[in-house]
Amino acid sequence: MAANLIELKNISKSYDGTLILDDLNLTIKENEFLTLLGPSGCGKTTTLRLIGGFETPDRGQILFGGEDISSLPPYERKLNTVFQKYALFTHMSIAENIAFGLKISKKSKAYIDDKIKYALKLVNLDGYEHRSIDSLSGGQQQRIAIARAIVNEPKVLLLDEPLGALDLKLRQDMQYELIRLKNELGITFIYVTHDQEEALTMSDTIAVMNQGYIQQIGSPEDIYNEPCNAFVADFIGESNIIDGVMVHDKLVSFLCIEHECVDTGFGNNQPVDVVIRPEDLEIVAPCDGFMEGDITSVIFKGVHYEIEVLAHGYEWLIHTTQYFEQGSHVGLRVIPFNIQIMHKPESSDEKAVVLDE
Amino acid sequence: MVKKSLSKIYMVLIFLFLYLPIAVLIVLSFNNSISRVHWGGFTLDWYRELFQSETIMSAFYTTLSITLISALVSTIIGTMAAIGISAMRKKGKAIMLGATNIPLLNADIVTGISLMLLFVRFTNLGMSTVLLAHITFNIPYVILNVMPKLNGLPQHTYEAALDLGATPAYAFYKIVWPDILPGVFSGFLMAMTMSLDDFSITYFTKGAGINTLSTMIYTQLRKGILPEMYALSTILFLIALLLLLLINYRSLEHPARHRKERK
Amino acid sequence: MSKRKRRLFAGPYMVWIIGFTVLPILMILYYAFTNADGSFTLSYLAGIGDPVHLKALLLSLRLAVECTVICLILSYPLAMILHGLNIKKQSFVVFIFVLPMWMNFMLRILAWQMLLANNGIINHLLNLLGLHSVRILNTPTAVVFGMVYDFLPFMILPIYNSMIRIRKDVIEAAKDLGANDRIVFFKIIVPMTMSGVISGITMVFVPALTSFVVSDLLGGGKVLLIGNVIEQSFMQGSEWNLGSGLSIVLMIFVIASMAFMNSHSKETEGTAVW
Repeated sequence: MAANLIELKNISKSYDGTLILDDLNLTIKENEFLTLLGPSGCGKTTTLRLIGGFETPDRGQILFGGEDISSLPPYERKLNTVFQKYALFTHMSIAENIAFGLKISKKSKAYIDDKIKYALKLVNLDGYEHRSIDSLSGGQQQRIAIARAIVNEPKVLLLDEPLGALDLKLRQDMQYELIRLKNELGITFIYVTHDQEEALTMSDTIAVMNQGYIQQIGSPEDIYNEPCNAFVADFIGESNIIDGVMVHDKLVSFLCIEHECVDTGFGNNQPVDVVIRPEDLEIVAPCDGFMEGDITSVIFKGVHYEIEVLAHGYEWLIHTTQYFEQGSHVGLRVIPFNIQIMHKPESSDEKAVVLDE
Repeated sequence: MVKKSLSKIYMVLIFLFLYLPIAVLIVLSFNNSISRVHWGGFTLDWYRELFQSETIMSAFYTTLSITLISALVSTIIGTMAAIGISAMRKKGKAIMLGATNIPLLNADIVTGISLMLLFVRFTNLGMSTVLLAHITFNIPYVILNVMPKLNGLPQHTYEAALDLGATPAYAFYKIVWPDILPGVFSGFLMAMTMSLDDFSITYFTKGAGINTLSTMIYTQLRKGILPEMYALSTILFLIALLLLLLINYRSLEHPARHRKERK
Repeated sequence: MSKRKRRLFAGPYMVWIIGFTVLPILMILYYAFTNADGSFTLSYLAGIGDPVHLKALLLSLRLAVECTVICLILSYPLAMILHGLNIKKQSFVVFIFVLPMWMNFMLRILAWQMLLANNGIINHLLNLLGLHSVRILNTPTAVVFGMVYDFLPFMILPIYNSMIRIRKDVIEAAKDLGANDRIVFFKIIVPMTMSGVISGITMVFVPALTSFVVSDLLGGGKVLLIGNVIEQSFMQGSEWNLGSGLSIVLMIFVIASMAFMNSHSKETEGTAVW
């Protein structure tokens, strides 16, 4: 088990009377790729800026290797940031951009030249030293921003939606580049994004945030397979989320049907959210399912069909590789293991955001 | 904290530097004494006499007509020119913008003299030559204010309007015009300000017959300024203050849309 | 409308440029290079060699440089302070500096004349505080003072405009890379506001070099600038050819100073004042 590198303890932060972060606790381990994932306004960027030193917390502590750095200015922190819009210095050449941090720490010229070469090679832009920033594409600018940060050998690299401005193909390529970089450098990455696919692809750990709270933290598999509430389930991938009642352990009732499940410990006759992933629903003959309905739409998505079935007054979303005719009468089946039962959100906030989506 | 109060003091000093003379002039306009240094009690006499003074009123009307007419004409020519220039190829654009910079960057005195030399050769100096001169130095300000708006237009919206069946004139009026209007407006204001504040160029191109407020003050300098002038300037300043506050208030309610082109 | 048709809109302006920008320059050139009888001569251009004229030109250059430097020193910190205030409406800042222009500038200079006079308000105040009175009126110092007063907004606004265009994240990036406030200032803010400084310098230096009214008002006839020489040769004497010749010399200085400034700025896009 790696050591804790950064610890956020009871962090609160508000702007103009609006609470952005409320009593946030977060631990980041050495060599971890941690992603802060959430919708805009959830506090993920503020968290990153607090770690980077661009904001100071109203309350709470930020520990770096056990030392309190809450009040240190950014230039005294041993971490570097890759900004959303790159924030390159347009009045300098690429080499000067990369050398900026090294010159401040008074490294020798030979060392700096070496580092520039090395960093440009690392981001696949060898030979670009003397080009101007304006001559680069968005993807190339992003690589320079990364190169500029990593030459300083930070222990942690903070990335604030670094791929947000790139087009889809480039974004996917850069995701693999970032994973490769992370492995080559062996440093900690803290990554902020609102893109769930990006988060699932790259992270060791994902912290799903909403309304200034961390909703769930865990490995991508955990977050995807065992979302702890309807917000997380809805934000990570698509889901069918239905109001239900936990009759007793291992039996849930929703849309006037009782169905077996595997969850226990919710008490008897408690209202819950029932979450079923679209790929876990199976289309079968009408009599073989736990309910019947009619197919209202069929859309081909490449790897699968996206099918909607109206049954018991709810539009069920189903992903399947099999083709079905629109309008046909079918049954739906799900195995008990794939029914996830969740507590109803406690704060009205969580509920509100679900409705927003 | 120290740094903060120091910067506050610094700001106050600069504003004092800029506005102290204006305060002095306003105070003098209410001074019941011909003397510039002694306070002879409060009076509104200068304001009353101002409207009876034929020389001042005629200079005032001349100034007003020159300011308004030249600002209007230069706004029309300048806006059209900006539209034309923006449609030009690189080389033509560079030449036109270069020529636009000449009156802006050239010394006022040289501009005034060169225009005077031209005018005396072909006509007599008078109101019309002053107007021509003012329009000449005002057009560049209008172009400079309209060009950025034209360059900032979202690409292809004009073509999109044509594609949807709009005639060129209709497309221009509905799509381009609303976006460049703020530029046209600030160009007009800028032209008015420059025209009103100009002395050098008017001085060389006006001839003997007429006076604007600036040139009249210049001739009075040796004989002594009539206190009515302070009253008139105070009125003009307050009108400008009111006008600009109004414009500022209006644009506060409709914040300008920001459009940043990113590569 | 095709682009070709749209270009026609520039037609009236082209005619205007030829008529009122190019032709007048040709006129002044004609006067500068010809005698009263119309034959070619360089003697009027050489008129700058006259000790009185040369002295006026050198004084003008000196005062213009002083005025520009003072404006720059006053403006840069002010622009930073204004920028630090984070004023949402930038037009309000412009408004504050443009507003004084609506009171006739000669009257404003005249007000300074009264304030600075030997028995003026400022000296009264100084005497009340037990300090020595200042006697700067009718000296070159007073002329520089007046010019700084008149041209200060033209230095502040371009610098302020270039400063607010620096994106906040660029400054944060510099700090993130280890730059303290001093390094951020010298390596990021100063280079990135260079275009504003350059246009400010041009907009102050040229009018200061060619001014003749301020020296008239605050110099009390004792400070003779090249602008005064040219003005007098047209309006008091009628040595139009000499005046034109000296104007050409002045223009050469203006063009030279602008070429110098342009060679020191990478960006070609100017920073508009408004």
